[in-house]
Amino acid sequence: MLDATPKEFTERTSGGMINPAKTCQPIGAMYAALGVHGCLPHSHGSQGCCSYHRMHLTRHFRDPIMASTSSFTEGASVFGGGANLKTAIKNIFQIYNPDIIAVHTTCLTETIGDDIPSIIKDADIPEGKTVFHANTPSYQGSHITGFSNMTKAMVSYFAEAAAIKKEQANLIPGFVNPGDMREIKRIAHLMGVPFIMFPDTSGVVDTPMTGEFVMFPKGGTKLAELADSGASKLTVALGRFASSDAAEALAKKCRVPAVTLKTPIGIKATDAFVMALRRAFVKEVPWALEEERGQLVDIMTDTHFHFHGKKVAIFGDPDVVTGLTEFAVSLGMVPVHVLTGTPGGAIGSDVGSFEEDIAAIAGQSGHKANIKAGGDLFALHQLIKNEPVDLLIGNTYGKYIARAEDIPFVRVGFPILDRSVHSYLPVVGYRGAMRLVEMIAGALLDRQDRDAADEDFELVM
Amino acid sequence: MAMTLEQISEMLAKYPSKVEKNRKKHIIIKDSSADRQEIEANTRTIPGIITNRGCAYAGCKGVVLGPLKDMVHITHGPIGCGYYSWGTRRNKARADEPGQEFLNYCVSTDMQESDIVFGGEKKLAKVIDEVAGIFKPKAITVSATCPVGLIGDDINAVARAAEERLGIPILAFSCEGYKGVSQSAGHHIANNGLVERVIGAGDREEAAGKYPINLLGEYNIGGDSWEIERILDEIGYTVVSVMTGNGSYEDLKNAHTAELNLVQCHRSINYIAGMLETKYGTPWLKVNFIGVAATAESLRNMARYFDDPALTARTEEIIARELARVEPQIEQYRKLCEGKTAFCFVGGSRGHHYQGLFAELGIDTVLAGYEFAHRDDYEGRQVIPEIKTDADSKNIPDLHVTADERRFRLKVSPEKLAELQRQIPLSFYAGMQVDMADGTIMVDDLNHYETEEFIKLLKPDIFASGIKDKYVVQKMGIPAKQLHSYDYSGPYAGFGGAVNFARDVSMGFVSPTWNFIVPPWKEEPLLTGSVTEEGVA
Ligand code: SF4
Ligand code: SF4
Repeated sequence: MLDATPKEFTERTSGGMINPAKTCQPIGAMYAALGVHGCLPHSHGSQGCCSYHRMHLTRHFRDPIMASTSSFTEGASVFGGGANLKTAIKNIFQIYNPDIIAVHTTCLTETIGDDIPSIIKDADIPEGKTVFHANTPSYQGSHITGFSNMTKAMVSYFAEAAAIKKEQANLIPGFVNPGDMREIKRIAHLMGVPFIMFPDTSGVVDTPMTGEFVMFPKGGTKLAELADSGASKLTVALGRFASSDAAEALAKKCRVPAVTLKTPIGIKATDAFVMALRRAFVKEVPWALEEERGQLVDIMTDTHFHFHGKKVAIFGDPDVVTGLTEFAVSLGMVPVHVLTGTPGGAIGSDVGSFEEDIAAIAGQSGHKANIKAGGDLFALHQLIKNEPVDLLIGNTYGKYIARAEDIPFVRVGFPILDRSVHSYLPVVGYRGAMRLVEMIAGALLDRQDRDAADEDFELVM
Repeated sequence: MAMTLEQISEMLAKYPSKVEKNRKKHIIIKDSSADRQEIEANTRTIPGIITNRGCAYAGCKGVVLGPLKDMVHITHGPIGCGYYSWGTRRNKARADEPGQEFLNYCVSTDMQESDIVFGGEKKLAKVIDEVAGIFKPKAITVSATCPVGLIGDDINAVARAAEERLGIPILAFSCEGYKGVSQSAGHHIANNGLVERVIGAGDREEAAGKYPINLLGEYNIGGDSWEIERILDEIGYTVVSVMTGNGSYEDLKNAHTAELNLVQCHRSINYIAGMLETKYGTPWLKVNFIGVAATAESLRNMARYFDDPALTARTEEIIARELARVEPQIEQYRKLCEGKTAFCFVGGSRGHHYQGLFAELGIDTVLAGYEFAHRDDYEGRQVIPEIKTDADSKNIPDLHVTADERRFRLKVSPEKLAELQRQIPLSFYAGMQVDMADGTIMVDDLNHYETEEFIKLLKPDIFASGIKDKYVVQKMGIPAKQLHSYDYSGPYAGFGGAVNFARDVSMGFVSPTWNFIVPPWKEEPLLTGSVTEEGVA
């Protein structure tokens, strides 16, 4: 497995990737757009991208992922894609009848410089229907940037400023699974805080089996809610990379104060989320949540000896990796290698880098971690070869490294292509943290069982 | 349940008129009494239509080049294209030499904005040097993505210079995604490159064993080619190379030594077959190793070609043995499948091949089609001269090869060839249409809307297609079988594969999971009993 990866580092300066830990903007934009009710994502470019993005999202969610494409051929690439997009918009409304089309660009249409707003202005849009767009050149950022850009577009197109603010919060969940979005909503409900979540893919990419296919399922943020987000008292952006740009845009456009928190993975980040709601809305934390938290701490203390001092490597999307690293440290583990494929600081923001955040968190474990933003899995594998770990946490692509180096492996993040159910179950919140403890302990103890000599094989652990 | 033209017209009437006119030409109902039935194919996808099609890059790097295991494949472009074609097609492979298998590596130049503005040639050259240094591969390919052609990077020049620098072949493919109308353009581009640069580059003049053959258009998904090769080896054939499943640069170099080329997937690789015939005088035989009968027939046709009594006897012996082994097993599954109907919509030849295997299970295919085929895949190769080249296909260069002065050799005499052609599909493919029953439907580039409508009208029991529509169909309560990736099962080719397929398909029908779709409260009125002191009455 990965036999051609040498232990010795050769300096790579080309900027090329070997086994990337990120992908391109448009897929993130497509996923975000699915989180708007009645919306069909549209990929403006050649059809290959759309096909790849649908394929990949379908494999992760195991649910229908609908999206259309401008289907460029060479002519459109040379003369511009205006005609293709206009034709597409007309056809889409007549054939599929969505309420909204969310257009995102690709590297092709960005390179030729199609002016999407003017094309949309000229397009034939039926009464009561809407088309909005985000620019998502794939030669910048990553799928996380694309998600962020599409979320920001929801603000710039739809949010309406209101003189009087309502007692409600905007919750921007970031690039997480529908199961996570449901959990974030449940916590807000328990706190008694009215909210608008956007985007919200729950009820869209985790739809029930009913014997009927519904192209525009019940879920997703409604347009009226997006408009109303400008009247909220506070925006809570969860995850700096995927969510803060939209929150900042909303602050500028509609004067909604914004707070950016970590994706609430693990106890500390969940505490921070609960505290933010408590402070802003002056709500007591209900016993139900306190009980959950207490159960989590009970589990953590009960099991600390499984984790303490264990070396872990973590990779994936920056917001998720940040939360996982913080939680690993909370459990007494030592993050040795931490890597994301998404480049360092969120584009256009100066709120500090991934490397600095992780260094601060990992430093609490008393060790200095190897931290890399904009890295690839080839580099991660080489790091692990040189300094082995007891556990690897990351998306499905990590399974090759785990097998090559014989390391217990826990799947968290995007994409997970070889397991099901993961997208329904949260890793956020106190309950998500309980699930993480179970997954991590399970992986470590399975390994201990597997490696134990017969005389050391124990019933109770 | 047959469908009428009126029903199809009604379905298409929902479309805007231009779309309606266009799509009409891509749908036909098989009618053997008509003298000819033309279907439109390989034309542009309509913007906005939710299609299953991909791009030229996907056809070139994703399908044809990707499975070549001892080469490092570099995607020149932004990160996405390379990332999505990384390990997603299940091309199995085993290293022939330690450390010389690179299929689990995905290399991309990860172009950034500055590369788009100032050009990506320098970066590409650096990446080539780096991977050559790290992996020491036999050869390297470079595949271009959409923006590369637009900004005018000369990947051929970069490859040539790197080749001189590094002393290994570096093959550049201008397979930008916008070329052509689907994956098909990319197959052609990849075929041209392999004929130009790889096949014949080896110095063997003769194959290492008897009855040397190449297996073309077989990508070893789920181990298919291993199952086919098992039988071929046992009969006594020498498989020189497989293009390209578990294939290697090392084997392909000497593919010119074969006496016969087998063509499994016609669409993706017929160009190579044709060019090898011109260049080396090697005829090709259309084979189909999907299904028990098709596999047996293909083996018999091969034996006819080589016309050696020992080989023929051995062929019959193996067929008899395999039939005796697999037929009773398939019979068990057939009992669960008999009388059911299927849709069979896959990229290229699978849309045709799998119909025979379905039939062996007692399943009728009522609708079939291809995602990126040309008219000859439906109507047979005799229509090729009639196919007009449009602007989109003109962009894909035809490679003109001539007879190789040193190596061209007629493998069989012209008279023998003519006689063989009457008996077996030698250098010929008859297309899908002839094998479809009257009243069944052929749809080119079936899209989402039509999928839903056809399902409502024809209510198939199983839908064979790809991942993008799998869950759409399953939500409708119909099992969907992925015939690109086999739902991560397989092999499905050859005799053993047919048993696996039968098992998997019947499992789809009998799985108890389907019985839970309707919740019990939907089947019982709310007021049936009443609660009394003794309990529920
Ligand atoms: S990198 Fe560009 S071409 Fe490739 S999939 Fe992403 S947007 Fe499409
Ligand atoms: S259409 Fe272009 S950008 Fe998209 S996947 Fe294909 S080559 Fe890449």
